Amino acid sequence: MKNKLLMLIGLWFAVIANAHAKLEIVVTEGVDTARVVAVLPFKFEGEGVAPQDLAEIVSTDLMRSGKFNPLARSKMPQTPSLSSDIDFNAWASLGAEALVTGVVTMPEPGKYQVTFELVDVISGQQGNSATYVLDKRRSVVKESQMRQYAHRISDIVYEKLTGEKGAFLTRIAYIAVDQTDKYPYQLRISDYDGFGEKLVVRSQEPLMSPSWSPDGRKLAYVSFENNRSQIYIQDIYTQERTQLTSFPSINGAPKWSPDGQQMAMVLSKDGQPDIYVMNIRTRDLRRVTSHRSIDTEPSWDPSGKSLIFSSERGGKPQIYRVDLATNETKRLTWEGEMNLGGSLTFDGKNLVMVSRNKGQYQIARQDLETGDLFVLTASSLDESPSVAPNGSMIIYSTIYGGKKNLALVSMDGRFKAKLPARSGEVRAPAWSPYLN
Amino acid sequence: MQLNKILKGLAITLPLMTLAACSSNDKKFEDQSSEMNNGAEVTDGSDSGVDTDAISPMDMSFEEKLAAKYGQAILENTISFAYDQSEIAPEYRVVLNAHAQYLVESQKSVTIEGHTDERGTPEYNIALGERRALSVVRYLQSMGVPATQLSTVSYGEEKPANFSHSDAAYAENRRAVLIY
Repeated sequence: MKNKLLMLIGLWFAVIANAHAKLEIVVTEGVDTARVVAVLPFKFEGEGVAPQDLAEIVSTDLMRSGKFNPLARSKMPQTPSLSSDIDFNAWASLGAEALVTGVVTMPEPGKYQVTFELVDVISGQQGNSATYVLDKRRSVVKESQMRQYAHRISDIVYEKLTGEKGAFLTRIAYIAVDQTDKYPYQLRISDYDGFGEKLVVRSQEPLMSPSWSPDGRKLAYVSFENNRSQIYIQDIYTQERTQLTSFPSINGAPKWSPDGQQMAMVLSKDGQPDIYVMNIRTRDLRRVTSHRSIDTEPSWDPSGKSLIFSSERGGKPQIYRVDLATNETKRLTWEGEMNLGGSLTFDGKNLVMVSRNKGQYQIARQDLETGDLFVLTASSLDESPSVAPNGSMIIYSTIYGGKKNLALVSMDGRFKAKLPARSGEVRAPAWSPYLN
Repeated sequence: MQLNKILKGLAITLPLMTLAACSSNDKKFEDQSSEMNNGAEVTDGSDSGVDTDAISPMDMSFEEKLAAKYGQAILENTISFAYDQSEIAPEYRVVLNAHAQYLVESQKSVTIEGHTDERGTPEYNIALGERRALSVVRYLQSMGVPATQLSTVSYGEEKPANFSHSDAAYAENRRAVLIY
């Protein structure tokens, strides 16, 4: 009983909806070659004011992907809400290749019917009304779901225009640290754009290493609430919380397997930090590496058949891959003073990592086919890279304004944005899988 | 009623907190229970659930006695390290020798915390922090302290002593701390 109360004192679980974004994306480097599109203001036919400016959310999403350059409203030659009213020549002369139009009605209070069309400008110019509408959809959504529905529209538009799935309807998990707070360490989640922030768990002792389950329902993380490291799993919807490990010494770096059945982790119970895999249901533990140097930061190959990890076995830390069936281990990185914190993109073709060059820690991508290394960021301490599920962007932690904060970089390094926190510091971001 | 509880909680919280600020967070678990006995209870999320970070008040004469017996160095509990290193610099031997002697004679248990600066990834730093803590453990064992009295916890870069992002802060944060 006392133990239960103590736990309540040390930790406070809550799910707090927040209308404002604690993090806000600020674009710092754009892409000149991005494709010109336009998201026209959606016509609101309900009573009062529209609850959300859907067009603005979609437009901002597309801009942040680094692939599109949506026209500002002030530059729009017209703002029709139906594709049949579009003056295609006027848009073509501005270089716009595609338009999104929409109408919002209010069939009953608190419910909105959203209709949108994605229109191809060149087909429109040719007057072919059978082909210029690339997509058209209608949905009824609740007021509380309007932002999410806007991200859904962005996903559809992005996929139609690029052939890749969009990752706008996703979340990020991160650790916020504010020493002035009664609970300085907080694990939070928000939409990918910083809106809808919610507290998952807060503690007076450090929280580390959030990792999403592949269904996006649960987080694994490390907590020091008992003055030692332990791995926990928490359902973000029910708040149900389970202690997964409490071995002597290090319990760290949990990473969910792609099938959701196993957890890769680092334990040092057998002498030094090594990589282990635990069956989450049976708790059966299998040791994967056993080397007298440091092995850490396991991350799954999308196939689930191998793990990559950081190891000091060659001197300074470098990234290796171990085949889980044969235990065959291969070094993957050779450039840079050291390479750490690696993860594979979801197609398995690229390795994203922290690469140290001249004492500076930067986010880098290595093409695993050619071996080419691309350094994507340029500050002194960029770390904890986490890749969006469609492989388009990387979120990572960096230092600016004298504080640890999050930032985004596109996979080609050409588009950059910051997500400054309003208070305290933010670190250890983890991008969720697809939520739809 | 509610307010009364909060005030009670505050009354015991404040002095303990000032104490905690100049000492280490020793025996946190036990101290939380003593706070419970003193009537600070969880009522709701906002003002209760106050978690103090206290140690039992240290008797100055006890410290003086310790210093007299084991040397001034026994009052130091922090070992600093060079960047990316876990070797114990010679100047800390006198500190660790004093602690070793005290541990052998008192048969007390000690936890060695390992910490790093924030350069390098958080997971790597957890491993490096443990390596620093184990360096201290090995040294104390070599001075005759039984392994059963020694335990470690690595906080990596998660609990810096200095929160700024400067070289001076980094030097301060690369440390192992002995917590009785």
